Amino acid sequence: MWAYLVRRILYAIPILIGVNLLTFLLFFVVNTPDDIARMQLGVKRVTPEAIDNWKRERGYHLPRFFNDDESGTRQLTETIFFQKSARMFAFDFGASDDGRDIAREIGQRMGPSLAIAVPTFVLGLLVAICFSLLLVFFRASRLDVAGVVLCVAMMSISSLFYIIFGQWLVAKVWQLVPISGYVGGIDSWPFLVLPVLIGVFAGLGASARWYRTLFLEEIGRDYVRTARAKGVSERVVLFRHVLKNAMIPILTGVVVVIPLLFMGSLLIESFFGIPGLGSYTIEAIQAQDFAVVRAMVFIGSLLYIVGLVLTDISYTVVDPRVRLE
Amino acid sequence: MHPDSPLWLLLSCLLAAFAAGCGEVWNDPYPGERADAPVLYSAFVNRPKHLDPVQSYSENEATFTYQIYEPPLQFHYLKRPYELEPGAAAEMPRLRLLDASGQTLPPDAPADSIAASEYTIRIREGMRYQPHPAFVDDLEMPDDPRTIADFAHSSSREVTAEDFVYQIKRLAHPRLHSPILELIAGYLPGLRDLHRRLREVPVPAGGWLDLREHSLDGVEVVDRYTYRVRLTGTYPQFLYWLAMPFFAPVPWEAERFYAREGMAERNFTLDWWPVGSGPYMLVDNDPNSRMTLAANPNYRQDSYPCEGEAGDREAGLLDDCGRRLPLIERVVFARERESIPYWNKFLQGYYDASGISSDNFDQAVQTVGDGDVRITDEMQAKGIELVTSVAPTVMYMGFNMLDPVVGGDGDSARKLRLAISIAIDQEEFISIFRNGRGVAAMHPLPPGLFGYRSGEAGINPYVYDWTDGRAVRKPAAEARRLLAEAGYPEGRDAATGAPLVIYLDTTGTGLGGKAEVDWLTKQFRKIDVQLVVRATDYNRFQDKIRSGNAQIFYWGWNADYPDPENFFFLLHGAQGKVTSQGENAANYRNAEYDRLFERMKAMPDGPERQRIIDRMIAILQHDAPWNWGFYEVVYSLQHAWIQNRKPGKIARNTLKYQNIDGALRARRRAEWNRPVTWPLALGGALMAALVIPAWRQYRRRERATALASEAR
Repeated sequence: MWAYLVRRILYAIPILIGVNLLTFLLFFVVNTPDDIARMQLGVKRVTPEAIDNWKRERGYHLPRFFNDDESGTRQLTETIFFQKSARMFAFDFGASDDGRDIAREIGQRMGPSLAIAVPTFVLGLLVAICFSLLLVFFRASRLDVAGVVLCVAMMSISSLFYIIFGQWLVAKVWQLVPISGYVGGIDSWPFLVLPVLIGVFAGLGASARWYRTLFLEEIGRDYVRTARAKGVSERVVLFRHVLKNAMIPILTGVVVVIPLLFMGSLLIESFFGIPGLGSYTIEAIQAQDFAVVRAMVFIGSLLYIVGLVLTDISYTVVDPRVRLE
Repeated sequence: MHPDSPLWLLLSCLLAAFAAGCGEVWNDPYPGERADAPVLYSAFVNRPKHLDPVQSYSENEATFTYQIYEPPLQFHYLKRPYELEPGAAAEMPRLRLLDASGQTLPPDAPADSIAASEYTIRIREGMRYQPHPAFVDDLEMPDDPRTIADFAHSSSREVTAEDFVYQIKRLAHPRLHSPILELIAGYLPGLRDLHRRLREVPVPAGGWLDLREHSLDGVEVVDRYTYRVRLTGTYPQFLYWLAMPFFAPVPWEAERFYAREGMAERNFTLDWWPVGSGPYMLVDNDPNSRMTLAANPNYRQDSYPCEGEAGDREAGLLDDCGRRLPLIERVVFARERESIPYWNKFLQGYYDASGISSDNFDQAVQTVGDGDVRITDEMQAKGIELVTSVAPTVMYMGFNMLDPVVGGDGDSARKLRLAISIAIDQEEFISIFRNGRGVAAMHPLPPGLFGYRSGEAGINPYVYDWTDGRAVRKPAAEARRLLAEAGYPEGRDAATGAPLVIYLDTTGTGLGGKAEVDWLTKQFRKIDVQLVVRATDYNRFQDKIRSGNAQIFYWGWNADYPDPENFFFLLHGAQGKVTSQGENAANYRNAEYDRLFERMKAMPDGPERQRIIDRMIAILQHDAPWNWGFYEVVYSLQHAWIQNRKPGKIARNTLKYQNIDGALRARRRAEWNRPVTWPLALGGALMAALVIPAWRQYRRRERATALASEAR
């Protein structure tokens, strides 16, 4: 397994370089270094000299990929791409274009993001599995049909609707929780209840339907019939046998998103005023802050790779037949 | 469920914790804070980029910097038209005009005889900076500090004239990129040279450049409480700049403090943690969530004004006459990115004042009679008040004067511009897209500034007629006549027969932008002119404006200070966008106008200045380099418990004057936010109604025999 992991880590390096290159290309197709400077310096009374100075200070005066004025390896290293990308592989994200330390900013924003994302993820998973097992238990009954219809209806509604409707009903009409805001520590729970519930509810339809399909496929297998024939109760059949054997496809979808929980949720955080990472990238794109954009894309792709590796490892845990070689 | 079961115990604990965590009101977004405390609650949408007074230039930054830093002058809070008065200065600056030989000139000397203007500024004695660790000698760095409050010790010192001079030198700091460096360097001898010299000084990133070691020709410290600024020529608007944080005192200790190792990595910079002598200090700075200002305990003796304009006494704006400022202890700014929660929290009493977005306009305001507006009954029932004011802002459609079709000073192009100006029904635009929040502009100068004329004398005679005591837009037939005279009868080129196509460059690509563009296309169709919209992103749009490749475009200007110069310079030839990257986006140039502008800007307000302004306006209305657009009208709502709020966008250090009736707010919040608990019970009952039958069904199935199942 270790050889496999080392190989996967080595594969990750060209992937990360590729993602970096692509981000760089896309960003600089839309924004020139002059645009970035103007965005940071403001729109009133900005002089060409101030723009030049700003670019020089931050290394945006260099050529993008190839420096004709230099010789040897410096032709490649004295470029915006190299200067801005190389340090990231040592996890040195530097400062944003407005001068704030990116690593520190991420550290500060990660907590609120996780405070929403972890309970939403765990509760969502739990509710979706229980609900789908319930539907499977009552399969082919009116309850099952009603449940499937409900799932389809819930899938069809935009998550924005859940947010706005939830805020209107629970926070405005019933006034049970604050409509938005966040404080750290133990006092944060009134601010988390509604976004977590909405997060769970918004994702329930799609997940429950997917899990129901997986469980139905399993429940018709021979080992289930054998278990029943041995007199095993339906609860044990569902939770111990069916759930365990349906784990591979569940893990495929679930484990890969665990690392990405750090990245937060854009819509929920924006509407509920949660100071998390969800909006960090979007705000950086709007502010044309390349330093933040590249750092967040880098972290996002790294976490995704970690998620995929974790998924592979998790297969070996739930299915002894799987070997990572 | 058995009362002794673990699940039951867990549920009981959760319910107990829930009940303990909730007071009378469950939706309070400020847990642990008393609603009756003298605290103002406000919101911000975009995080401020700069809080360093030498860099900060945006409206959303001014909300903070003007409360934290105190420049030498300020605008009188209540008087209108705006009037400058001493702030940190002990008195208004003394001005001495000098000729080329250094002889003193009389105050009314002609501008061209003035070689230099010398301002002597005496500051108040005994002013002190906010408590801050920067003033502590031998400071120990705490373990991983997150806010300035994490430093165990703080101290202060007296503000001296040296600090004001230090800040003026900071304008030339090569790493700070002050937006007004070039402007001030045009008047202040030695500033540009200092900038050049400082660029040669090797300073590591984040290191301290001690400006005390570098001299600046135009500025000198006279004594501990007096300094002198010598400007080239005459620049009366300099007094307005002295009312901005660009010229507020900054202690050198602050720069030294933030240059220490490990500070920048922890985001401790002067740009983020200001150190000022104003009425408030920043005590909490999480721009993703919340920023808090607290009253500066070292703020100088300052009192609420006892005189204002007519009507202020009746409005209760003089009730706090003579009271020590600031009146509010803390100001909490919470970040709200979305308008829906912002608006609802205002209605719940958790924000003390709010603007009105177009989404909420109908809920807040209704139009009555002849375009008048009043607050809706729903708002009135809550005691909410509507405050309106015309902002010193002009939004306009510019014609690129370098364009071969709409530009140039030829009569044909001029008539084409006038025809377009008549055809675009600005009043309709304001009504449809601004909910009536605007006043059609006649020229670049907004109401409330010296030189503005209202009534018949103030209308643009090329676009409006004065009928029945009001300005009436000329009919489309007049626009078509002008178009024909311009060489485009019925919208076609008289020479070639080709249809006239006008190109609008815009960044408005969203839903709102589409509706505006459709409306504008309809306006052009009234005179048979085709409008082609070139939607683009903001960067490319700016490129086009800078290179003069746009034909017509929307643009706007928000005043720096209440002087006509700050609007007329937008059409000054020397400010041409293409030629000098200035603020004249239309690239307009008229020799007579430019000459008059140079005279006008150096003059004090008076009949002669008014005469020149009238002439400048006449030239602009004749040449029509802009379709004059509209002046923005600002509507804002405030709860009954907020006091002393006077509308106006020029004076920005307004928080120290505002007051709160905390007891009323606490009562209202409790009244408006009683939790509705029956849905919880209903939810529980519904859950039980679902779970119990399912559980029974499950049990029945579990107990059923195979035979019985078969039989069913």
